[in-house]
Amino acid sequence: MAGSNNIKITPPRWLLAELTYACPLQCPYCSNPIDYANYQSELDTEDWKRVLTQARKMGAVQLGFSGGEPLTRKDLVELVKHARDLGYYSNLITSGYGLTEEKIIQLKEAGLDHIQVSIQASTQELNDHIAGTTSFQTKKEVAHLVKKHGYPMVLCVVIHRENIHQMPEILAMAEELGADYLELANTQYYGWAHANRDLLLPTKEQFEQAEAVAQAFKEKVAGKMKIYYVVPDLYEDRPKACMNGWGTTFLTIAPDGVALPCHSARDLPGLDCPNVKDFSIEQIWNESKAFNFFRGFEWMQEPCRSCDEKEKDFGGCRCQAYLLTGDMTNTDPVCSKSPNHGVIQEAIDSAKASAESANEKPLIFRNSKNSKRLSNKT
Amino acid sequence: MTINPDQIIRFSPMHRLQWEEAQQKDVILYPEGMVELNQSSAEILKLCDGTRNLAQIVSDLEEKFATSGLTNDITAFLEVALKNGWIQQH
Repeated sequence: MAGSNNIKITPPRWLLAELTYACPLQCPYCSNPIDYANYQSELDTEDWKRVLTQARKMGAVQLGFSGGEPLTRKDLVELVKHARDLGYYSNLITSGYGLTEEKIIQLKEAGLDHIQVSIQASTQELNDHIAGTTSFQTKKEVAHLVKKHGYPMVLCVVIHRENIHQMPEILAMAEELGADYLELANTQYYGWAHANRDLLLPTKEQFEQAEAVAQAFKEKVAGKMKIYYVVPDLYEDRPKACMNGWGTTFLTIAPDGVALPCHSARDLPGLDCPNVKDFSIEQIWNESKAFNFFRGFEWMQEPCRSCDEKEKDFGGCRCQAYLLTGDMTNTDPVCSKSPNHGVIQEAIDSAKASAESANEKPLIFRNSKNSKRLSNKT
Repeated sequence: MTINPDQIIRFSPMHRLQWEEAQQKDVILYPEGMVELNQSSAEILKLCDGTRNLAQIVSDLEEKFATSGLTNDITAFLEVALKNGWIQQH
């Protein structure tokens, strides 16, 4: 692994615990890997407790319980309690599906700090279509219950071509539901979203219009609601500082115990991502090949290597470089300095052609059947 | 936003103030985020416990650190804290 010798390793601050790949929803932009159905095994309660304890000891303080749908884990309350005892700030990242008032109270008593509820659109019809499950009314009821029981609430809406025109109604819905934070997450094109990109990627004009609406709203609700805006990086000319730099801050543990420097890293070739069943978090973070692979700058090719912005964006996203150029050590092609930058325009053109086509192919929904079909294709 | 000098100040129930051993500093935790505090900011926020108004916070800190003239600095910081939603006055 290049350049791992003289690099100061900072401790993890963020632990994303993907408790399970099971999910009652089928969102076609899911960030889980396409082949998730091939990973059936899940860590048990004691494994998770050990992971939480070891990561906390190193300095992790923000903890996301995610998935899949974390509510499908029967030991969620027990894990939340363990996390609170350790001093984590615990975030539950949920679809809201299956979250009863009784469970909301139990989680609060166990020490859960915050609940992030996702909603797919501002109308029942579109929400239920995108989620692949009838869930709109349940989600709205859950949002009310989350506020009723005194949690800070983040409402998360993933933005794409099917719902971007609803921006004004999405903002009004967030206000009505009493969200403390609204996360407007422009789709990031990995995993399922990558497979569905032609059907999800809006045009630049659509982005700009939606962003202007969101910006005006942000000023209107200042002091009452905060807006987290995840930028649509395909329309930027510099890449995102992905994960705040590889192996500097974020640690993801997948349902089967594989430790990942980012939640898409599972798709990168040759990293040999370690499993928490075999190694301690400290060994994984400090010594593993995977976590050292892109630390520092030695691994970079040109134009990153000599670029005066490399300490700002770390060359962008490794997964995006791999998905779009075939080489994970390339500059993220979002960067206008990248010799491969043309692939971004190709993606945009391809999506536009698809939108204008009379017989657009259907969305591929995220479910086990499609996962098995797509992952056995190659 | 300005601090009402007569009203009691309390730390927001939507945030958590906590000492982080690994970082050797106090931090404010909130949904998916964290603010690292320097020592003086942390000392001020610890007194925002719903029992003191501005003048009482100032006098407690001036006494604790055996100094005077802290009113302007503390007021300025509390206004930032109020704007960020870390503290409340109602």
